[in-house]
Amino acid sequence: MPPPEPVQEVKHRRDTALRRLVDAIPYAGFLGIGFQRHGDELTGVLPYDDMLIGNPVLPALHGGVIASFLEVTAIVELSWAMLWEELESGRLTLDTLTETPLRLPRTIDFTVDYLRTGLPRDGYARARVNRSGRRYASVHVEAWQDNRARLFAQATGHFLMPQRDHG
Amino acid sequence: MSDPTSDPTPRSFINALPFAHALGMVLEHVGEGRARISMDWDPRFVGDPTTGVIHGGAVSALMDTCGGAAVMSCPGALTTATIDLRIDYMRAATPGQRITAQAHCYHVTRNVAFVRATAHDADAEHPVAAATGAFTFTRKEDR
Repeated sequence: MPPPEPVQEVKHRRDTALRRLVDAIPYAGFLGIGFQRHGDELTGVLPYDDMLIGNPVLPALHGGVIASFLEVTAIVELSWAMLWEELESGRLTLDTLTETPLRLPRTIDFTVDYLRTGLPRDGYARARVNRSGRRYASVHVEAWQDNRARLFAQATGHFLMPQRDHG
Repeated sequence: MSDPTSDPTPRSFINALPFAHALGMVLEHVGEGRARISMDWDPRFVGDPTTGVIHGGAVSALMDTCGGAAVMSCPGALTTATIDLRIDYMRAATPGQRITAQAHCYHVTRNVAFVRATAHDADAEHPVAAATGAFTFTRKEDR
């Protein structure tokens, strides 16, 4: 058996691939959305900013901000799942990654359930790919602020998968 | 500061919403349960860099705001908030073109307002997205 790959190389490869994916989405940058990674698990982070307010009296995050955060998280999770598989199987390396154009899934429909007022503080979101076929995928996303168990929004979306050149 | 949701006049509604302002939304029409709001294409709002197509979330924000404006223009409306919103993305909006959303609050009960909305780019015949939503509805006489 070959020796296990040094941990820093594994982390570097995964973090570089994730950064490239997230940096490629201008709208995620506009909103300030970032992603934390633990193994293959991603958590979207939406740091609070005054710009994100919809109702200044309460004050509350704009519903469109919440929908955007959920949809960005769903798309990144779905893309990351594809990327992870290619990266870990060795079909994609850091060198070929930078040469390969990024192909993102396209949203077919997206339904947001607003459960609680979005407070003026950081938000977190995690997506779960419930089904991912060759052509279509179904993704569920949950978002919370202070307490993981008290969601302030959730969403389900369907996506058209990018067609791959190989495999 | 006045409550933006208690003042259904067009300008105050948009200007009082920081995120609507950040996306450059312009309220073009509002009244009798209908609203029309538009926003320019902007490279910062792009979702897919290889196509330059605006992110669905930005279109969603536009339609949510437009739906809320339509609800606030219903007689007696005091406050509203989105309960749920479903968006169907029918085609990619053409990069560089302005997007216009039109919403209609077609039914109001004591506590709930029902909304339908569409969004289009320069080709108004073929919408880029359609939405249906339910909004909370509080009336002035209830206070």
